[in-house]
Amino acid sequence: MNHKRRKKKQKGAKMVVKVYGPDYASPKRVILCLIEKEIDYETVDVDLFKGEHMSPQYLKLQPFGVLPVIEDGDYKLYESRAIIRYYAEKYRSQGSELLGKTIEERGLIEQWLDVEAHIFQPPLYDLVVQLLINPKTGVASDPKRIQEDEEKLTKTLDVYEERLSVSKYLASDTFSLADLSHVPFSNYLMTTLKKEYLIRDRKNVSRWWDDISSRPSWKKVLELHPPVL
Amino acid sequence: MVVKVYGATYAACPQRVMACLFELGFQFDLIKIDLQSGEQKQPQNLLRQPFGQVPSIEDGDFKLFESRAIIRYYSAKSASQGGTNLLGETLEDRALVDQWMEVKVNNYNPMIYTMVLQLVVLPQQGQVGDMELVRDCKGKLEKVLDVYEERLSKSKYLGGERFTIADLTHLPNTRFLMEEGGMEDLIKRRKNLHNWWLDISSRPSWLKVMDLPK
Repeated sequence: MNHKRRKKKQKGAKMVVKVYGPDYASPKRVILCLIEKEIDYETVDVDLFKGEHMSPQYLKLQPFGVLPVIEDGDYKLYESRAIIRYYAEKYRSQGSELLGKTIEERGLIEQWLDVEAHIFQPPLYDLVVQLLINPKTGVASDPKRIQEDEEKLTKTLDVYEERLSVSKYLASDTFSLADLSHVPFSNYLMTTLKKEYLIRDRKNVSRWWDDISSRPSWKKVLELHPPVL
Repeated sequence: MVVKVYGATYAACPQRVMACLFELGFQFDLIKIDLQSGEQKQPQNLLRQPFGQVPSIEDGDFKLFESRAIIRYYSAKSASQGGTNLLGETLEDRALVDQWMEVKVNNYNPMIYTMVLQLVVLPQQGQVGDMELVRDCKGKLEKVLDVYEERLSKSKYLGGERFTIADLTHLPNTRFLMEEGGMEDLIKRRKNLHNWWLDISSRPSWLKVMDLPK
């Protein structure tokens, strides 16, 4: 694994968080959050195609062999959505407010974070495997599964279209962790997966995507850590 | 104010919410949704839960769906009112609770969900389940449970030394695994995992959920 320092001119936190696997989308979820919260970080490369996520060294940090994991001094944490909740809470007083103002608003953010994890992500992740990862590893893709994945995403995005017709962002009229969580994998839809129609055919989803993907934080993520898929 | 919970007593996600409300001492009314007839996908329920699922809650004007969001909301509410804390003491403790809740979603649930479909749902619909797929899932689950066993050899509960929503969230699907799933050996063969299961499944809140009329 290669240790690369990414030193940023920074105010606020003095601790430098280490984020493993910046080439890939789930770690980008974390990096996007750190940039929104103006938190200094550095990255450690993990090459999935060389199997580095299954090395004994990596498994000591993340026993399920998936990305990302963070190290913050002695503190280790994995699961990108746990990590973003942690930093959004810990650095509440700096950067963008991502957790809402009330317990009820937080509840709605949690609801849409869970929708992203349980409903939006699984078929999208499968598309990434079928269309972006399998060709690189010589595994045959399954056209039936690809079709099912698109059908599921279509139904899901119809619900999003309805929601975003009455709300500027998913949980409320303020950008939150729930919107942020969607950005890295949705980016694949607009680029290498070539499924932009899923977004562009829906007026409100399209408006929402343009908004969240044009935030300076996401532009910074793409600039510093270009996607490899 | 009595919370309205829309769901069914025998379904995992509503069970998760009800167990949590019992733990925290929030009163609720269960409004039954007939899952067998697909009532969850009818227009009236779609107004509450646009993905056609259960549970959802109504607490006065406040509405919420996704069982984990609901248990997080009530846990936060309880902790802020000085009540039972199921979230963890420090931010770092709470993040570990979140970590294990996410592990369950990404590494544990997909296997159980596939097995529920093949072993219970499809046969109920008169179809034959794919036993090879079940065997494949079981193999993957064994590896995941080894990680749980390792974790529970170091701490009493998943998030640390206290029972939290990280443990609670596992109750319904693990019960399925042990009973209809016919795979209690996966748990029983792992000493720490088994002791953890015996502990959390004997909590009064879970026993109350199990006692609710089907």
